[in-house]
Amino acid sequence: MKNRKFLLLFALLLTLGMVLAACGSSGDDETKGNDSKSEDDASSEGASDFSAAMVTDVGGVDDKSFNQSAWEGLKAWGKEHDLTKGNGFDYAQSDDKSQYMPNLTRLVKQKYNLIFGIGFKLKEDITKVSKQYPDTHFAIVDDVVEQPNVASVTFKEHQGSFLVGVAAAKKTKSNKVGFVGGVDSPLINKFESGFIAGVKSVNPDIEVEVQYAESFGAADKGKLIASNMYNNGIDVIYHASGATGNGVFAQAKDIKQNNPDQDVWVIGVDRDQYAEGQIDDYNVTLTSMVKRVDIAVQDLANKSMNGEFPGGEILEYGLEDEAVSVAMTNKEAMTDDIVKAVEEWKEKIVNGEVEVPKTREETDAFLKAL
Amino acid sequence: MVDILQSIIPPALFFSAPLIFTALGGVFSERSGVVNIGLEGLMVMGAFVGIVFNLTFADVFGDWTPWLSIIVAMVVSAIFSIIHAVASVSFRADQVVSGVAINFLALGLGVFLTKQWYDKGQTDMVTKPFYTMDIPLLSKVPVIGDIFFQGIYLTSYLAIILAFVAWYVLHKTPFGLRLRAVGEHPAAADTNGINVYKMRYIAVIISGAMGGLGGSVFALTIALNFSHATIVGQGFMSLAAVIFGKWHPLGAMGAALFFGFAQSLSVISAGVPFLEDVPQVFLLIAPYVLTILALAGFVGRSEAPKANGVPYIKGSR
Repeated sequence: MKNRKFLLLFALLLTLGMVLAACGSSGDDETKGNDSKSEDDASSEGASDFSAAMVTDVGGVDDKSFNQSAWEGLKAWGKEHDLTKGNGFDYAQSDDKSQYMPNLTRLVKQKYNLIFGIGFKLKEDITKVSKQYPDTHFAIVDDVVEQPNVASVTFKEHQGSFLVGVAAAKKTKSNKVGFVGGVDSPLINKFESGFIAGVKSVNPDIEVEVQYAESFGAADKGKLIASNMYNNGIDVIYHASGATGNGVFAQAKDIKQNNPDQDVWVIGVDRDQYAEGQIDDYNVTLTSMVKRVDIAVQDLANKSMNGEFPGGEILEYGLEDEAVSVAMTNKEAMTDDIVKAVEEWKEKIVNGEVEVPKTREETDAFLKAL
Repeated sequence: MVDILQSIIPPALFFSAPLIFTALGGVFSERSGVVNIGLEGLMVMGAFVGIVFNLTFADVFGDWTPWLSIIVAMVVSAIFSIIHAVASVSFRADQVVSGVAINFLALGLGVFLTKQWYDKGQTDMVTKPFYTMDIPLLSKVPVIGDIFFQGIYLTSYLAIILAFVAWYVLHKTPFGLRLRAVGEHPAAADTNGINVYKMRYIAVIISGAMGGLGGSVFALTIALNFSHATIVGQGFMSLAAVIFGKWHPLGAMGAALFFGFAQSLSVISAGVPFLEDVPQVFLLIAPYVLTILALAGFVGRSEAPKANGVPYIKGSR
């Protein structure tokens, strides 16, 4: 009996001690944290008092696509101004959409001056967080948020898609080309519209088959669609579908493996997908519609650093800024003939001779006018 | 008609193969009385190991790399599934919770190790994946050859063959009888001298191996690389196939083939004459509607093994 009481007392004392210890140490941590932070401020941010960070969408900074490109832009910007990761610029990885908000808030609390949200999926969270912290500058890539402290970075994907459409039209032998979209949305419709316009501008008789996988992460669905398209005689597929496109590449490579003489081509998206198309001595990647998110990110970071943050504005980066372009890595497939055609049309777009359609309605009007 | 079938069936087969493997694993585990929600995680493990092995040893083993990759993936996933076995059989933990833990653990581990080893969030594409092929002789048979033996992955045949093997093992051998007995009435099985724990361990390990096989086949035929988005829901589709197929190996195979067929149909129908005019929305939801209809109308009540999900405690009644 005595023993039990003693034990109880002991346990109580221990608990109390632990609680006290916990309080104490947390206090220590806090002050320590503050110390180190202020040291950081003094050492690194003394040079340039400006810092920028980004929140990825679920792709992550090495998705070989959008987020990676943005991160490369931020790194290039950091290098330009002698900053290092964690001191001056950083990223926060989101593995799930529930992490957008915590990531954004964390970066605000870490006193970053400019915070990028990469991808249209962050639209809602950027809107919310920009209202909560009106003194911080935000930027959203690929969508529009109408807040005075948010700059919206968009791309003229339709222009780039137009040019890869020209390349596809020049390359196809069956006069049938395909388009695989991720999710049927205004953004992806821009790719679709530009592509169709580009193809038909070269040759109005070429058929364009359009299918949406309704997902950016369904490689199996992408492969099913590609297999069907190639079966139906389509020889060039342009995919704007993220990881779903893996399946398109898988199918094209499989066909190439079984029959190296058959013409199958994939047009990549967002960044140069040349490496994805490599199979033995062949490469099925005709070209890629490259979105230079890095150029846009770097440009915007520089602007806001110089106090010219374009809050509330919609920035459109296009061919004239070199922010969308056509990859020329596959030299064998991109013959001089094709390159010349692409250059010609590019000129026409840049000097305003051709107005590339952005929506299905505009595409219809464009095709009628041809 | 042959043309249409030719464009529906081979894609349906490559879509279904990973689901068949994994569903067979699920059948073994659940027939022994261990619910396996962790199939998804086991597939992730399989996909990860398959891709990493393939990337690392492509130069060493040449054209045999994909086959060795799936074997290694099977072994590693089987070992990985022991965690589930220990938790749910020996420690009598809630099997659903343990399965969910497997799912989280596999994905976390896979993505983390990819980061560590390759310093990026997804691996490069493998250079030695599986390729489709025409089967010699059989592909020359008119009609049937065109539909079933041209441009098909060998792994798809393997899946179907394994389904029959699984059926034979579960329903025609003493081992299978014991395994099913353990899942229906472990106490009775125990009285008859069957080691319930041992049987359940074996069943869970088999499900790990099959899940790993399914995941690696998916990765090496369809995705060609590993990232957090490689396996998204295929494990749960396999689980659905297990239930849809009434916990029977051939039923599970049929269900998986049905999923593949429905998906393939929804994609192909844009070019099929009489389905052309149907709005795309309906084609997109078709696989799921078909599944619900099939479940509600044609399959009838599917009954789980009696002791499924119930940990066995020796001596209890």
